[in-house]
Amino acid sequence: MNGSGPAAGSSRAAALTLAWRFASFRSEGFPVLPVLILSVLVLVAVFANVLAPHDPEVGALGDRFRPPAWQEGGTRDHLLGTDHLGRDVLSRLVFGARVSLVVGFMAVIFAGILGTALGILSGYLGGWVDQVIMRVTDAWLALPALTFAIFLAAIVGPSAMNIVIILAAVYWTRYARVIRGEVLSLKERDFVRLAIVAGCSKRTIMRRHILPNVVNSGIVLATLMLGVVIVTEASLSFLGVGVPPPKPAWGLMLADGKKGLMAGYWWLTVLPGTCIMLLVLSANLLGDWLRVKFDPQLRQL
Amino acid sequence: MKLLELRHLSTHYVSARGARVTRAVDDVSLTVGEGETLGIVGESGSGKTTLALSLLRLLPPAARIVSGEIWFEGEDLLTKSHREMRRVRGKRIAMILQDPLASLNPLFTVGDQVAEPLRVHEGASRGSAWARARELLRAVRIAAPETRVREYPHQLSGGMRQRIVGAIAISCGPRLLIADEPTTSLDLTIQAQYLQLLRDLQRDRGLSMIFITHNLGIVARMCDHVAVMYAGRLVEAGPVARIFSSAAHPYTQALLESIPRMADGRKRLTAIDGQPPDPVALPPGCAFHPRCPKVLDRCRKEAPPEVRVAASHTSRCWLAS
Amino acid sequence: MAGPVVEALHLTKHFPVRGGFLARETAVVRAVDEVSFSIEPGRTLGLVGESGCGKTTTAKLVLLLEQPTAGMIRFEGRDLQTLDRTMLHGYRRSVQAVFQDPFASLNPRMRVDQIIAEPLVTHERLGSGEVAKRVARLLELVGLPDRSADLFPHEFSGGQRQRIAIARSLALSPKLVVLDEPVSALDVSIRAQILNLLRDLQAQLGLSYLFIAHDLAAVAHMSHTIAVMYLGRIVEIGDAATVAATPKHPYTQALFSAALPSHPGEKREEIILAGEVPSPLAPPAGCRFHPRCPHAMERCGREEPTLLREAGRLVACHLYEGVIPARS
Ligand SMILES: Nc1ncnc2c1ncn2[C@@H]1O[C@H](COP(=O)(O)OP(=O)(O)OP(=O)(O)O)[C@@H](O)[C@H]1O
Ligand SMILES: Nc1ncnc2c1ncn2[C@@H]1O[C@H](COP(=O)(O)OP(=O)(O)OP(=O)(O)O)[C@@H](O)[C@H]1O
Ligand code: SF4
Ligand code: SF4
Ligand SMILES: [Mg+2]
Ligand SMILES: [Mg+2]
Repeated sequence: MNGSGPAAGSSRAAALTLAWRFASFRSEGFPVLPVLILSVLVLVAVFANVLAPHDPEVGALGDRFRPPAWQEGGTRDHLLGTDHLGRDVLSRLVFGARVSLVVGFMAVIFAGILGTALGILSGYLGGWVDQVIMRVTDAWLALPALTFAIFLAAIVGPSAMNIVIILAAVYWTRYARVIRGEVLSLKERDFVRLAIVAGCSKRTIMRRHILPNVVNSGIVLATLMLGVVIVTEASLSFLGVGVPPPKPAWGLMLADGKKGLMAGYWWLTVLPGTCIMLLVLSANLLGDWLRVKFDPQLRQL
Repeated sequence: MKLLELRHLSTHYVSARGARVTRAVDDVSLTVGEGETLGIVGESGSGKTTLALSLLRLLPPAARIVSGEIWFEGEDLLTKSHREMRRVRGKRIAMILQDPLASLNPLFTVGDQVAEPLRVHEGASRGSAWARARELLRAVRIAAPETRVREYPHQLSGGMRQRIVGAIAISCGPRLLIADEPTTSLDLTIQAQYLQLLRDLQRDRGLSMIFITHNLGIVARMCDHVAVMYAGRLVEAGPVARIFSSAAHPYTQALLESIPRMADGRKRLTAIDGQPPDPVALPPGCAFHPRCPKVLDRCRKEAPPEVRVAASHTSRCWLAS
Repeated sequence: MAGPVVEALHLTKHFPVRGGFLARETAVVRAVDEVSFSIEPGRTLGLVGESGCGKTTTAKLVLLLEQPTAGMIRFEGRDLQTLDRTMLHGYRRSVQAVFQDPFASLNPRMRVDQIIAEPLVTHERLGSGEVAKRVARLLELVGLPDRSADLFPHEFSGGQRQRIAIARSLALSPKLVVLDEPVSALDVSIRAQILNLLRDLQAQLGLSYLFIAHDLAAVAHMSHTIAVMYLGRIVEIGDAATVAATPKHPYTQALFSAALPSHPGEKREEIILAGEVPSPLAPPAGCRFHPRCPHAMERCGREEPTLLREAGRLVACHLYEGVIPARS
C-alpha cells in the first residue's frame, strides 16, 4: 500500500507506455497516431493540386496497368502505378482524399445541424412535436441505411452535392436520438428552471441554455459518424450511384480496380482500400477518445 | 483502556505524475478507548474519510500512508500483511458508509448479504448463518425479519437499508465500528431512530465507535470525545462537554458560534469569513490563518504544534502554547 | 402596500404516475394537498418537513414551474389565473428563486456576468454599460469581487456559486425570493455566511422569503412564520418562535425533538417515532400521521383533522378539537 514502484523498471515502462499511447488503443491517452493520419489526409486534400503529379482524370492508354515504381515494370513517373485507363493512381488517391473528406465533412455537418436542431426541439418542447419527430426517427432508423441511401441516390441521380444531401438525410436521426436524450436530462437541471423563473422565452432557453450544453455531444457524435458516412459514400460510389466518374473517389477506384484483382493488379484495390480503412479507423479512434473525454455517459451509444 | 491509538499518521494523495500532493491526513494522533465514541468533525475535504480508510487500509491507489503507526488491540496495523488485514476488516473493525444503496449489492438478498461475513470470517454453515442473520435483523429493529431476509435492497426504504448495513457491520462482533456520515441521507425522524439504534447497539455490545460527521448536533448527542479536523490536521481534540463549553482553537470556537440554535430565535449568526483552503495549495503556517479572527504574525509563517490544554484536551494553535 | 405579497389558497398538485405492467392504471401522487399560506412583505415563511412531503413541489407551484391541479395563487390580492400576459410578466419579475444545488443552478457555459444579467436583459432594455454597472452593484451586494464577472462558474466554490445565484435572483429587485434549501449543499463553515447574507439583504431590500430547509434550527433562525408539512399537507403553521418553543402537533413535536441539540448539555425530551414515512402514493386514511402517531385515537384513522386555531397557531390534529364528538 505505501511502497513505490521499482525504480529500475520504470523508464522502460515509461517507454512502453508511450508506445502504447502512440498506438492509441487506450482511450485515456491523446490519440496521436489517428490525429496525425487525419491531419495528413486533410493537408493532402487541401493541397491536392500541388501534391498530385498528374491530372487524376486524364490517362495515357499506352501506360495502362503500370505497377508501382518498386515493382518490375514500374516507372518513377507513376510512383503507385496506373489504372485501366492509364491514369496515375497516386494522383487519383490524392484527389480522392479531397472528395472523401469534403463529402464526409459536409454530410456530417449537415446531418449534425439538422439532427441537433430536431433533437433539441423534440426534447425541449415535448408533446406532439416530440411525438412526430420521434416517430419519423424510429421509422428512419428501422430502414437499413445503405439500402435507403441507394434508393435515394437512384431517385435524385449521382452528383457530389446530391451524395452529401442523401447522407445527411439518412444519418440525421442518429443525432436527433442522442441529442434529445441529453436535452431531456438537461431540461430538468436547475439552471433551466431558473431561466424560466427569470422569464426567458422557450427560444432563448433552447438557444442559450440547451444548445451550448449539447454541442460537445454533437461534436463527439460527428467524429464517430465521419467513419460511417465515408464508408457509405465509398459504398455508393462503388455501386455506381455515388460520385460520378471520371471524378476520383476512393470507392469508385475500388469498383474500377476489382476486375484487375484476378490479373494481379493488386494496387488498384489495395491502395484505395487502405486509404478508406485508415481514414475510418482514425476518425473512430479520435471519436472514441473524445467521447470518453467529454462524456462518459455516451458510452452505451 | 485504549483500543485504538494513532500516532502521527499522515496519508497523502499523489497525482498521476507525482506533480500534485494532497496532504489529506497530516500528522494526526488520537486515541479511542474501550466502549467510547469518538466524533470526528470537519468540513468537506478536511480528510475525515481518508483518515477512516487509512485505519482499515482501504485507500484508493493514489493514496499513500507516508508515516505513522496505527495501534489496535496492541498490534500495529501498518505492519500487517494484506491477508492479515482482511481478517481485521469486517471482523474486528467494521465500517458503515454514507450511502446505504452503494454499500449493498442489488443482486443479492438481504439475508445473503448479512450472512456473508459470518460465512467468510467464521466459516458458519449456510443454515446457521441465515439464522444469525435473522437475529441480527431483529437486533437492528427490522420488523418481520423472516420475510425481509428474502427481499432485495431495492424493496426497502432508505432507513431500512441503512439498518441492514448496520446489521452487516455488527455481524461478526467487531470491537470498533467506524461510521462515516451514516445518517446524511436519512430523514430527520428516521435519523433519530437510527442514532438511537446505534447507541443501544453500542451499549449492549460494548462497542467502540468512531463517528464521522459534519453535524455538531450529532456529536453533542452521540459522542464522548470529539476531534476537529481542518485541512488534514487535527486542530483540536477533547471531551465533548469541554470542547462545547470551552473550545481552545479559534476554528472550533467559530464553528460552534456559526451554527443556528433553536433557542436563540432570529439572533444574527457569527459567520466564519472566507473559504476553506485549496487542499493542494495550503496556506503556509497555520492553515486556518487567512480566516482566523485571532491571527498572530507568527501564524502566517510557522505551523503551530499540538499542545495539551488540559487533561486529554489538545489544540493546535499558537494561542494555546 | 398592506396585504400579503403572495397567498396560496387550497393549493393542490397531484402527479399522475403509471403503475402496473401495461402502464394502464394510473395512480396519483398527492404531492401537495390543499395547502394555504400567505407571505407578508418583508417577512419569511419557513417550510419544513421530511423528504418527499411536497416542499419543492410547493416552491415550484409558487414559481409557476408546475400548474396546480386545484387551488389558486394570489399575487398582491389578484388571482394569477385571471392575470393577462403583461401582468404575468410582472409576477415573473417579482418572484425569483435560489435552489439547493449551486453546481446545477448555474449554466456551465455562461460567464458570471451573463448569468447575473440574464433576468435583467430579459425584462429590461438596457445598454451594455448600464448592465455592467448593475452587475457590479449586485456582485458587491453579495460580497464577491468585481473580477468575478468575467469568470465561469466552475472557477468558484459552492458557497461562492450560491452567492452568484443569490445575486442573480436579486437582479430585478424582486418582492419574493423562493429559497429551496439554499444552504444544504454548503460546508458548515459557509452556511452561516449565506444565512447572514440573506438576512441582511432582507433587511436592506425589504424582501419576502419562502425558506425551505431540512435543518430546523436554520428555519427557526430565518423565519417569522413556520409551516410544517407532512405527506403533502400543512399540519401546523404559526409564529416561528411559538411553534419552535411549544410545538403542538404530535409530528411537529417529534420533528423538533429529533432536531439535534446544539450543545451536549441541552437536554431534550426525545420522541422517537416508530415506522417509516408512508408512500405519498397511498397516504393513510384519516389523519395521515396516525400510523406513527404516539397519541393516535380510534377516530384518527377515520376522520381527517382540519387546521384549527390552537394556542396562537393553526394545528390539524384531533387532540385539539375540544370536546370529541360522540361516535356516529
Ligand atoms: N482518490 C483521491 N485522489 C486524490 N485526492 C483525493 C482522493 N480522495 C480524496 N482526495 C482529497 O483528499 C482530501 C480529503 O478528502 P476526504 O474524502 O478524506 O474528505 P472528507 O473530510 O471525508 O470530506 P467529506 O466531508 O466531503 O466527505 C480532499 O482534499 C480530497 O480532494
Ligand atoms: N414530476 C413528478 N412526477 C411524479 N411525482 C413527483 C414529481 N415531482 C415530485 N413528485 C413526488 O411528489 C412528492 C413530493 O416531492 P417534493 O420534491 O416536493 O418533496 P420535497 O419535500 O421537496 O422533498 P425533499 O426534502 O427530498 O426535497 C414526492 O413523493 C415525489 O416523489
Ligand atoms: S495558530 Fe494562529 S491562525 Fe491558527 S488558529 Fe491559532 S491563532 Fe488562528
Ligand atoms: S389527529 Fe390523531 S393521529 Fe393525527 S396527529 Fe392528531 S392525535 Fe395523532
Ligand atoms: Mg467523507
Ligand atoms: Mg425538495
